[in-house]
Amino acid sequence: MPGERLVVVGASLAGLRAVEAARRAGYDGEITLVGAEEHLPYDRPPLSKEFLTGEVEPNYFRDEESLRTELEVDLRLGTAASELRPAERTVVTGGVELAYTGLVIATGARARELPGTPALDGVYTLRELDDARRIRAALGPGVRAVVVGAGFIGSEIASSARAAGAEVTVLEAAPVPLAGAVGEQMGAACAGLHERNGTDVRCRATVAAIEGAGAVESVVLDDGTRLPADVVIVGIGAVPETRWLEGSGVILDDGVVCDETLNAGFPGVYAAGDLARWPNPLFGETMRLEHWTTAAEQGGLAARNAIHPEQARPCATVPYFWSDWYGSRIQFVGVPTADEVRVVAGDVASDSFLALYRRGDHVSGALGLNQRRPVMKLRALIGKHGTWQDALDVAAAG
Amino acid sequence: MRMHIDTDVCTGHGVCEGIRPDVFEVGDDGVVHLLTEEFTEDDRQDLEDAVDQCPTQALRLEG
Ligand SMILES: Cc1cc2nc3c(=O)[nH]c(=O)nc-3n(C[C@H](O)[C@H](O)[C@H](O)COP(=O)(O)OP(=O)(O)OC[C@H]3O[C@@H](n4cnc5c(N)ncnc54)[C@H](O)[C@@H]3O)c2cc1C
Repeated sequence: MPGERLVVVGASLAGLRAVEAARRAGYDGEITLVGAEEHLPYDRPPLSKEFLTGEVEPNYFRDEESLRTELEVDLRLGTAASELRPAERTVVTGGVELAYTGLVIATGARARELPGTPALDGVYTLRELDDARRIRAALGPGVRAVVVGAGFIGSEIASSARAAGAEVTVLEAAPVPLAGAVGEQMGAACAGLHERNGTDVRCRATVAAIEGAGAVESVVLDDGTRLPADVVIVGIGAVPETRWLEGSGVILDDGVVCDETLNAGFPGVYAAGDLARWPNPLFGETMRLEHWTTAAEQGGLAARNAIHPEQARPCATVPYFWSDWYGSRIQFVGVPTADEVRVVAGDVASDSFLALYRRGDHVSGALGLNQRRPVMKLRALIGKHGTWQDALDVAAAG
Repeated sequence: MRMHIDTDVCTGHGVCEGIRPDVFEVGDDGVVHLLTEEFTEDDRQDLEDAVDQCPTQALRLEG
């Protein structure tokens, strides 16, 4: 309709999917896509994987021509939104006021910084293409790399750094890596991949200081251990990027607080992707996921809901993420808190196994290492509230 | 409507299978195969969701 404008803030996965879904739904109002980075929307997962090990090009989802012409997007890259005024239905970007009828907030997350990290050359976090370029340039044969954090991103960086020929030490503050994401039992099982591939992972290791003169020279642990380092990559998680929304009236609580339809508390305002915290009706739990497929799914849904709020649909989804280490693929579906985790195929000491997560009589999650066939059958089953026996049957069918 | 799978790009995540197990399946070869090519308008939203949520952008819907 004339006079309508959908504004999408954040020009990455969720933002792009929002734009695409709006046009596909027949939306013929104006669409403005605002992105802080100079880059066209690109794919983040490769940045900790193949991008670090070779001269691969960034994976841009679309070229500028298709965005501007095919999708008729008013594209504003290299411009950060600084303010939202929901009562006036206005966003301020680069000092310019932009009126909207519908708004999708998709500013994602930024890398968490290690408190007290000095500004030394050779110390990096990884979130954006420019970070990945710097890290890639710093890696190479014989380079001594210290990765802080044995989560998924830290583990992928360690695996890639090894492939690039670096000597890698991974430091993890917790007793077991990945306990929050997949539970302690499977966290330990995944960490076995590092061990089998000869990467030194040190748990219960807390960084006391990162030292150097101009460039990083060493990482000092709180027990006094000093690790010489040419490059330090900090992978200790991400923080939802909501600073520009402070004072707007939108409720912020480790993300943007939404209802089931991803509405952020004001007419026409929806959120999607890494920063959206919403009650997932499939689980009766409030979630905020930092998973690729969730961002893609929510981006499309948020846009459809923003342009047709009267038909807004809930976001009911079974979480899914993957991670690739040393040529192996880890896949997780569902939620990790469970009464029991049972290995139903393969062996946790090997590079192929499948584990099921049980809550009462139901299956709540599944983790596969190099088990591509059953994992998504289990995702579909979890989405239908399948029983534990159903899950055992799916697993047995292979 | 026609669904194309680029099997050079597909790595068998199976997100599409999770959405429509009656249409897509991860094979023993580790990539996705189509179980049917007969689609109606009622399938459109699911097929578009499968395309949008494919982590390797291996799917393309025509028509
Ligand atoms: C290195 C890496 C590897 C990953 N690997 C995997 C994986 O293997 N599997 C998996 O499931 N997930 C993975 N993820 C997570 C996945 O990439 C994210 O879930 C996804 O990118 C989230 O998309 P998003 O659009 O919500 O946010 P983002 O991709 O974070 O995009 C947000 C965008 O908004 C922009 N922005 C921020 N503030 C403003 C502002 N004020 N105004 C305008 N624009 C702004 C940012 O610059 C950014 O471009 C990985 C992430 C990273 C960083």
